[in-house]
Amino acid sequence: MTTLTRTRPRAPLGAFGSIVLNEARLAWRQPAGWIAGAGIALLLLVVFGEIPYFNKPSGQLGGYTAFETYLPILMCFSIALIAFTYLPGPLVSYRELGILRRLSTTPVPAYWVLAAQMVVQACLMALTLALFVSVSILFFGIGAPENPAAMVLAIALCIAALFAIGLAIAALARTAGAARGLMAAALYPMLFFSGLYYPVPLMPTVIQDISNYTPLYAGVRAIGDSWAGQFPPAQPLLVLVGYALVFGFLAKRFFRWE
Amino acid sequence: MDLTGSAADPRLDVKTSGLPVAPGSSPEARGSGPAGHTPAVEIEHLHKAYGQLVAVDDVSFSVAEGEIFGILGPNGAGKTTTVECAIGLRSPDSGTIRLMGIDPQADRAKIHEITGVQLQSGAFPAKLRVGEIIDMYRSFYRHPADVAELAGALGLAGKRTSYYRSLSGGQQQRLSVVLALIGAPKIAVLDEMTTGLDPQARRDAWELIEHVRDRGTTVLLVTHFMEEAERLCDRVALIDSGRIIALDTPADLAAKARGAKTVRFLPSAPFDESLLTGLPEVTAIEHEGHHIVVTGTGELATAVIVALHAAGIEAQDVRIDTSTLEDAFVRLTGRHLHDAEEGAQP
Repeated sequence: MTTLTRTRPRAPLGAFGSIVLNEARLAWRQPAGWIAGAGIALLLLVVFGEIPYFNKPSGQLGGYTAFETYLPILMCFSIALIAFTYLPGPLVSYRELGILRRLSTTPVPAYWVLAAQMVVQACLMALTLALFVSVSILFFGIGAPENPAAMVLAIALCIAALFAIGLAIAALARTAGAARGLMAAALYPMLFFSGLYYPVPLMPTVIQDISNYTPLYAGVRAIGDSWAGQFPPAQPLLVLVGYALVFGFLAKRFFRWE
Repeated sequence: MDLTGSAADPRLDVKTSGLPVAPGSSPEARGSGPAGHTPAVEIEHLHKAYGQLVAVDDVSFSVAEGEIFGILGPNGAGKTTTVECAIGLRSPDSGTIRLMGIDPQADRAKIHEITGVQLQSGAFPAKLRVGEIIDMYRSFYRHPADVAELAGALGLAGKRTSYYRSLSGGQQQRLSVVLALIGAPKIAVLDEMTTGLDPQARRDAWELIEHVRDRGTTVLLVTHFMEEAERLCDRVALIDSGRIIALDTPADLAAKARGAKTVRFLPSAPFDESLLTGLPEVTAIEHEGHHIVVTGTGELATAVIVALHAAGIEAQDVRIDTSTLEDAFVRLTGRHLHDAEEGAQP
């Protein structure tokens, strides 16, 4: 990317639309990643919603039910799955197959392909999260988000931070296999610290301190707070911004077209 | 003309020859171009190494607008590296490159607008349909070519709704040629355009390239098919081990390689040899038993037979030996092109 940023795009803007259209077709025709990102998290949401114990307010969880606690965790979980599994995959395979290289000989700046991926994935993300919120409200008696503006901001930052990490993986991985390895190395510890396996407030203080600086738990806090009606504190928002900037820079710096 | 002039001759734009040009190439010696015209492609002293491996070692040539210029040589000779430097995909270690006067390293966007490229390693997403890929690439250019005509010429008209992954290797190859030409480029760069095509598809592709050239597109054609270079190219650069070892029209290269053509025949009656020695095409006459072997240049066979016929003598059992580019390559490198490929790294 570094050598290409000097040149301004000369391709008609319609070209961007046609790339987005084809990326959307590819996403539609290869839905495995979407099903993994949206389906697994949604399935967990429904399972948790059906467990009676999860719907009793708990003193340990600050008066919230386990279901309410898990809702933002599962939302961030699905963002992370899309960002880490779906986002780097096509880019790495485009590079392996020479698709990016071929595109780089056209008037289209090849980073338009990245941008098109982002647009398509962001739409998938919006659909997924809208589904989460709707299912929770319609079937499990959860109140609508009380601070929708703060929630949109929290979700946008969470997407930016996790997508930046996913793009950095796509930039650094030489092969699809390496991308999967990096993805697993990043994802599973992050899930642990996000409270997916055990609520963070019930974990030792050391774990909680670490969790506060992971992007996933920062996203969980920001989304959870805004759902409950508070504007999230600066700390988790700044953590998300930090990850977005650092990994966005790494992705841009190390991205190779071939 | 110096057949082997390479590094020493910076321009290598050597043209002009009294010899006739093979069918399929233009007799106007397109390479020469009127003085003052900017060449479509101008490469001077190009060097490119990958670590210790020198891929291109001082290559210079220039291509006139509307010319079909062939780069011929075995795998690993530096052909692909040369054209990839030309279109800005790789940065040369040294040397200058200008396409329509533009430096590819300085203004890549402009280069991408005026060039159409077919890469050897090009691929497209498996789950896109042919029509979707074509429409997307078409949208990249402000003044695209006629898609229906291109796809029709390359036999892809009925394949628009097929997934890319369902195409045969030859169809994928033809699609990549369509995409190289879809932007109506000023310069088309085609790297092993007809590899994997059956003979009919190959002839269709050649015809298409000639049409495209007739509309003013300059074509830079990388190939290791002698037949393709002889049929299509106005001029050919023979490259071996990163150097140009010869650059000329295909016919002149072939003629130079053998020195001359020969016609061997059995005369129906004895005749005065001065009948033939007076012809401008004839350089020597020898006897092999009852057969006569005439050595010469140009349209030798026609000249000999016409002259004999005028004297009432019939040439029987005629055998014509025309040297080919293959002969040129053997003569210049001491190897057959196909031998040279074996074991060579692509």
